[in-house]
Amino acid sequence: MSVLSIQGLSIALPQGADRPFAVQELDLDLQPGEVTCLVGESGSGKSMVARAILGLLPPRVRIGAGSLRFGDKDLATLDQTGMRALRGAAIGMVFQEPMTALNPLHRVGRQVDEVLRLHTKLGRRDRRVRVLELFAQTHLPDPAQIARAYPHQLSGGQRQRVVIAMALALRPQLLIADEPTTALDVTTQAQILHLLRELQRQQGTAVLFITHDFGVVADIADRVAVLQRGVLVEQGTREAVLRHPQHCYTQALLAAVPVLAPPARAAPSQTPQVLEVQHLQKTYRRRSLRGHATHALDDVSLMLRRGETLGIVGESGSGKSTLARAVTGLVRADSGEVILDGDAMTGLGRRQLRPFRKRIQMIFQDPYASLDPRQRAGDIIAEGPIIHGMDRAGAQARARELLGLVGLDAAAAARYPHEFSGGQRQRIGIARALALEPDILVADEAVSALDVSVQAQVLELLAGIKARLGLSMIFVTHDLRVALQICDRVAVMRSGRVVELATAAEIYASPQDPYTRALFAAVPGAAWERSAA
Amino acid sequence: MSLLSRFARNRLAVVGALALLLVLVMALAAPLLYPAGAFALVGPPTQPPGGTFPLGTDTLGRDVAAGIVWGARTSLIVSVAATLGAVVLGVLTGAFAGYYRGITDTAIMRVTEFFQTIPSFILAILLVAVLSPAVTSEILAIAVVSWPGIARLVRGEFASLGGREFVLATAGLGAGDARIVFRHILPNCASPLVAVGSLLVASAILFESGLSFLGLGDPNLMSWGLMISAGREVLRSAWWICTFPGIAILATVLSINLVGDGLNEAFNPGLRDR
Repeated sequence: MSVLSIQGLSIALPQGADRPFAVQELDLDLQPGEVTCLVGESGSGKSMVARAILGLLPPRVRIGAGSLRFGDKDLATLDQTGMRALRGAAIGMVFQEPMTALNPLHRVGRQVDEVLRLHTKLGRRDRRVRVLELFAQTHLPDPAQIARAYPHQLSGGQRQRVVIAMALALRPQLLIADEPTTALDVTTQAQILHLLRELQRQQGTAVLFITHDFGVVADIADRVAVLQRGVLVEQGTREAVLRHPQHCYTQALLAAVPVLAPPARAAPSQTPQVLEVQHLQKTYRRRSLRGHATHALDDVSLMLRRGETLGIVGESGSGKSTLARAVTGLVRADSGEVILDGDAMTGLGRRQLRPFRKRIQMIFQDPYASLDPRQRAGDIIAEGPIIHGMDRAGAQARARELLGLVGLDAAAAARYPHEFSGGQRQRIGIARALALEPDILVADEAVSALDVSVQAQVLELLAGIKARLGLSMIFVTHDLRVALQICDRVAVMRSGRVVELATAAEIYASPQDPYTRALFAAVPGAAWERSAA
Repeated sequence: MSLLSRFARNRLAVVGALALLLVLVMALAAPLLYPAGAFALVGPPTQPPGGTFPLGTDTLGRDVAAGIVWGARTSLIVSVAATLGAVVLGVLTGAFAGYYRGITDTAIMRVTEFFQTIPSFILAILLVAVLSPAVTSEILAIAVVSWPGIARLVRGEFASLGGREFVLATAGLGAGDARIVFRHILPNCASPLVAVGSLLVASAILFESGLSFLGLGDPNLMSWGLMISAGREVLRSAWWICTFPGIAILATVLSINLVGDGLNEAFNPGLRDR
């Protein structure tokens, strides 16, 4: 007997959306004690399914057809009062961003207590005992102290543990988890996945786990359902779907996931170095009286050879983005030197820095924030050459040429950023960086915000352009899979320091630093891949 | 959806826009409708509405309708010019403060606070009294009391846009400050600026009416405030002299506010569904 039985579910989008139905005729059964992963790329409608189950669809989006049988109730037709009684009690939920799921003004203990107060008849003292018990179950250190803390005083992982404690407080039969680990670092993600699995086993909860990451699927799923543009193309056990995918879309998605191993490549030749970073220091002053100063860069030294790709890998707060920005002159280091082809860049004024800027260009992470929404693609790409003295017509012609180079149509020059998809926007960002004919490209998490299939295409494009134009590249990422695929050498950063720097093959075969080993162990799906080999 | 069709979704805003258009046409057509001007003595004093004079005449025998039409001209000129002045001043100072932050920011923000703590109408009266009552002093006074709000808005927008990746990317290309500010950040704060600026026009009309009610308006220009002031003593015997300019002020200010709300919603489509 399934906990939730979804039959023929169609979710209608308002007029003017890119398609009439977010999800079309979805059939899915959630069994007790099983984790069902609903996998899809952005825009596949996977989150809409979660919201439909919870009765939290956005305005003007509604259930067009089908039923959601939960026990003796049909969630598709249940009114708000009925829904409220179920939400939190019989159906728990965990969302992507733990900070927004918690009220910043209330202590976390009180927030979990509120769930118990709303749905149970427990007295004040019993509730308190239960809250501490829940915090202990979610392996929060010192539950009594955590209960008194405000959300901002906890780390991202701790906050997500609190949210999970809240979701499981009433031992729901069904847990909906929508990308619960996407905002977390890999090592924290591994811990949270482990925790979810453990609690779900203990309580026999049915879990609908929504994710875009096949590594996570491999780590947590019992069953897998793959959604493509609102249509369920394949479902089955984890073994069946991951090892022997039947549908071509699933096959393509799985093929796009980078393998956690460096490809066989020739030993890097000893070309001369183009960029050297010496003893770079950057400290961000503490913001408040109680805050701490952050050492974003703590004596960082490394060098980049001509034609090489150097990976900078680390978790959030490791200083990798600060390093990228210091190298491109966007952030001023406190001390140390950035030396480009024998000339020191540090300490230069804006005007003196300009010729250097031309030679090091950056590609940014967020394809939505990194392009000016009010400029046409052509103007965005032409801006660099115009600043450096090229005439308008020449720069525009160059922009159209570059659009071709990054695989876009020349007609795209006349369109605004919002008319492009994420992957296309990232191509425009790459074209902008290339417009100045730099020697070095610095890519800061350039593919992290993209879907796997698009990510693979953009990586391929970058590698191709790099080889064709003889560029050197610094590639900043949190993703070891990607780093191993495209980098010749990899530097691992933690708390502003480079803890290990070696060739991709070496770092894969024999990571020296314990932190590097921890990172490798935490890569989602790593264990699954090893079991296959 | 285009901006226009989003604007049109708000019925009240469309009504406001039409009313505003009527006021504008009236102001433009004043020399054609009443070529003699608003100060001409055209009939017997205190004629009630109806007959030759649809809105009656005032205590001196001037046509109230002519006053309304010519007054629309004064109100619109003064309010639009004052708003433009306030926007230019506010954008420049706010942009400086929000872009450079640090000590520039602190200094400019303390100056805006100085203006915001003084009751603005009193300050405007003081300025016009010092500068002599003329249309230019009215415009200047209203602009001077209105810019701090714009400066704070622009500063906030600049502070939040300044850290965006597209601004960093432009800096990375080697662009100078002027290019970043005027080409990239300013166009991106156009929508809140238009919405707030339109509401500023409404408050400027109220300021102008208030100033001319107190006799601080330009003596050579007919204005709604002046008409109310002139008719207030005979309010019980000749109600129409005060009432029609009062309605004109109310209707114009209301319609500008409706248009402002409509613009705000059109620029931020999320507001309506929330």
